[in-house]
This record gives sequence, C-alpha cells and structure tokens, in this order.
Amino acid sequence: MLTIYKSGMQTTVQDLGRTGFQKHGVVASGAMDPYALRMANLLVGNEENAAALEITLMGPSIHFEEEHVISICGGDLTPQLDGKAVKSWRAVTAAKGQTLTFGKPGSGSRCYVAVAGGIAVPEVMGSRSTYMRAELGGYQGRALEAGDQLVVGEASADQKSADHDKSWFAPSPLYSSNPVIRVIKGRQFEMFSEGSRRHFFTEDFSVNPRSDRMGYRLDGPRLALAEAQEMISEAVAFGSIQVPADGNPIILMADRQTAGGYPKIAEVITVDLPLVSQLKPGDRLRFKEVSIEEAQRLLRLQEKTINCLKRAIKYKREATG
Amino acid sequence: MDYSFSPLGDQAIIIEVGTSINEETHNRIRAITSLLGASPPQWMTECIPAFTTISVAYSPLLATFEEAKNELASLLKKTEDIDVPHPRTIEIPVCYGGGHGPDLEFVARHNGLSPEEVIAIHTGTSYTVHMIGFAPGFPYLGGMSEKIAAPRRESPRGAIPERSVGIAGNQTGVYPISTPGGWQLIGRTPTRLFLPDREIPSLLQAGDTIVFRQITPEEYQTLEEKENADHI
Repeated sequence: MLTIYKSGMQTTVQDLGRTGFQKHGVVASGAMDPYALRMANLLVGNEENAAALEITLMGPSIHFEEEHVISICGGDLTPQLDGKAVKSWRAVTAAKGQTLTFGKPGSGSRCYVAVAGGIAVPEVMGSRSTYMRAELGGYQGRALEAGDQLVVGEASADQKSADHDKSWFAPSPLYSSNPVIRVIKGRQFEMFSEGSRRHFFTEDFSVNPRSDRMGYRLDGPRLALAEAQEMISEAVAFGSIQVPADGNPIILMADRQTAGGYPKIAEVITVDLPLVSQLKPGDRLRFKEVSIEEAQRLLRLQEKTINCLKRAIKYKREATG
Repeated sequence: MDYSFSPLGDQAIIIEVGTSINEETHNRIRAITSLLGASPPQWMTECIPAFTTISVAYSPLLATFEEAKNELASLLKKTEDIDVPHPRTIEIPVCYGGGHGPDLEFVARHNGLSPEEVIAIHTGTSYTVHMIGFAPGFPYLGGMSEKIAAPRRESPRGAIPERSVGIAGNQTGVYPISTPGGWQLIGRTPTRLFLPDREIPSLLQAGDTIVFRQITPEEYQTLEEKENADHI
C-alpha cells in the first residue's frame, strides 16, 4: 500500500491507455511518455502495460506502508527517498516507512513511478488509465490527493527480491529542451499557404503554458490555410498537429478527443512523442519531415531495442535476484 | 468506387470515402465499418467511422503503411455486395424548456417562432448518427431543420448538465457528460448516453437513426429515477 502525503501538481494512475473504444467517443488516455512507462515497468519485472503513477513537474510525496521494489523513469524531477537522491532508470528498493519526494524539476516534465506488482485500481474498458474529464478509470477517475491510499498488486517472489544490483540501468532517451521533432506531413498539409508550409519546417515554436495532457499548444509563426475552408470532422491521432483558426498549432496528446475538425498540418512520429511529452512551458522545438516509411522503420527499430532490453533485464533480474 | 488512403501518423490510415456529407457516403461508411468489424485484418487495432472518412489504426510491427493500404483496398472491393443491416431507430425522450432547456426561448425568438413550434420541428424529424466523438457517447447528428438553427452562446457555460439537448449552428446534439460548452440548451433527456460499465459504453452507434419525443417534467422525473435505479 502507498499513501499519498502530498498530491504534487498532477499525479495520475496511467497504463498504455484504452484501445478499441474511440468509436464510442472514449478518449484513449494512457501515459504521455509510453517509452518511460514501459521501461519503468520492465525494470521492476511488471508487464510493460501495468499501471504506474505519472508525475508532472512538481512531484507528490508518497509514503510506502510496506517494502516495495520501484523504478522511476522519464524526466528528471529530482526524486528522493527520505531526503536522499535516488537514481532513475533502475530498480531500487523503497523500505517500509520510507517516503518518496521530488525536488525542483530538472530536465523533462514527467516521470513514472512503477511499483513491482503494479498499481491495483479497477480496470475500466480494458485499461487502468485515468481520464479526468469524464472521471473515468485510474483512482476514482481523478488526480491523486493527499490522504489517498493505493493498493499494489501481488508481486511475484522474484519481483520482491530486495537485493537489486544498483550498477545496471536502462538507457534513457535523449530528452531535450529544444529538440528537433520528426513529423509526417498531415492529410491537410497541402491546404496551407506556401509561407505556412515553409515556416512550419524552418521556424522555432515554443510551448505555451496552457499545455496539458490533452494537447501541447505552440507559439510561433501563425499558420494559415491558402484559402479559408470548413473541414469535416474526422479522427485524430496521438501526435496530430491541428491548426485552429487563430493559427497557433496544437500537438494532440494522450487525452486528445477522438475526432477533430481542424486541419492537420502534420503528425509527430511515434518514436519522437516522448520528446514532446517531456517539454516544459517555454521550451522550444523545431519540426523536421520524414517519410512514413522512415517513421515506421524507426518504430520497428525501437521495438527491437526494447525487446533486447526486455531480455537483458530479465537475465539481470534472474542473475541478481 | 475510388477511395483515397492517407497516413494519420505512423499507426493509422484514413480512408476517405467521399468529400461531402450525404447519404450515399454514409451508407458506404456503414458497409465498410460492418465489414471491418466482421473480418478485421490481424494488424488492425481499432476502426473509427466519421462523416466522410474511416480511420483504421494498426500496428506497424505487423504491417507497413503500404501493406495495410493494399490489403484494405482489396478488402473494400467486397463492400459493393454486402448487405448493410437496417439502421436501428432509437427514441430519446426530452423534457423541453424550463430549467431543463433554459435557451429554448432564445432559439424561438432568434427564428421568429414560438417555443412550441421549435419543439414541433425538433421532434418532427429523424436524425442520422454520423459519428460518436467529441465526448464519450456524444453523437454527431445530421438532419436538423435550418428553421431552428441558432448561433452558439457568446460566452460558453462553465458546465453544461449531463444529458442536456442543445443546438449550435445547424447541429443538434446531446451532451452525455457534463462539460463546458457554448450550445443553446433547449431540453434535457433522462436517458443515459454514456454507460461506462457496459461492454458497449455508448448507447448510440454511428449509423443509428434517432428521434426525439417530448415528455413532461413529471415523466422526466419518473424516467430519471428509473435510470438511476438501473445504474447504481
């Protein structure tokens, strides 16, 4: 059991999201940085889709009522166990009675705390992810508050082994506060004016403070259609870059609605989504075009790497457990 | 029949069936949705019908964009000769005006009608559910008469009560969950459109036909209590 002493800015239970319900208008949700969530789970021996805590910028304070093996992956939000710095991207043991706190956010804006056994909230439509707007899933459909108590799933004997070799860890992605984000041209790309199409790839955009799990709002050159046109609403994706009438693009994220009526200038490729999810208000980014073939090649390559890591972690756990 | 296929990012394809909202396009989309539902390709993870398009989400680990596109193209040839089930007709009872529909008077005044005439026009036709989206269980409806069209409110309400029936421009709809919004509210239904504890969490599906029926505040009360008892 975990007890939340302080809520932090926004701490929610997330897994890899709801699949198959978007045709009913049900938002996918799930981790903003799916790579970090998967790694955090694998490091503690969970299924990669297990529910963990997503922590945003100013972290919570979490008290461990029993000993748990945990792993923190994602942005560096300066985690500490009983005031002592704890390293990310590896399995560590939180002793009974210890408290996990977070200091000033360093690089990145979100991290995941996975606990061996997973966070045991009920599944709603095949997922434990929280969708706050509809008060769905997660812990009572909302962000965690002081006093909440979370039950942890049963961990196997192997997962519980306390003697983890602290010298090995998983590689972290190259998070940056001014990344180049690779995109595929969107379905309505050609509808944009020539200037807008050029500026989209040549100018910097900055992250507006009004960004959240639903979307990242960007400030930069205003983007406009060559001629005003009404769009018919259609499906959108995690990473779709919509441009509303005011000309400021929005990158749609984990809590995006299932459909949108604004033209899409591009889509962020899956392997670069974690880089977007880790941006903070004020951070700058630039877009670079790749082909759909290249995007899918990079995705298959990443999955191959994750599979190698999976095997390596399993081997390490068995060797040191 | 020609379809165009375009990537929606690296894990979905959008099939464009038509470029304007009409019955033929709608029926074709229903045919494709039912075909993909009955025999989904093994790489497909999700299928989302919309007004003129269908998006098919897939795993790029199982099929590349080219492979998925080619398989869909040959699959879609079969839609020419499949029987699409007759649409279901679902009745939505609505208590119009008063506290449940605070903007009914505005919609009437705006169109030079009496509130009773607005209700008669709203209940006097059937509507097609083109897609479910915007919010869980929210139907995008086609078929509203332009005689009762009304602009959105200048300042949106912070929270619209769940199950409110509204008008915005040429559209009418029902809010399944409480959300902020600028629609003109003309009534409220006791019927729940979003059922998170059900296997199919949306009462309405793309392709359904719906009709609105006027009920009294007393009937509203009775039906709402019954719904509450059914969904503890």
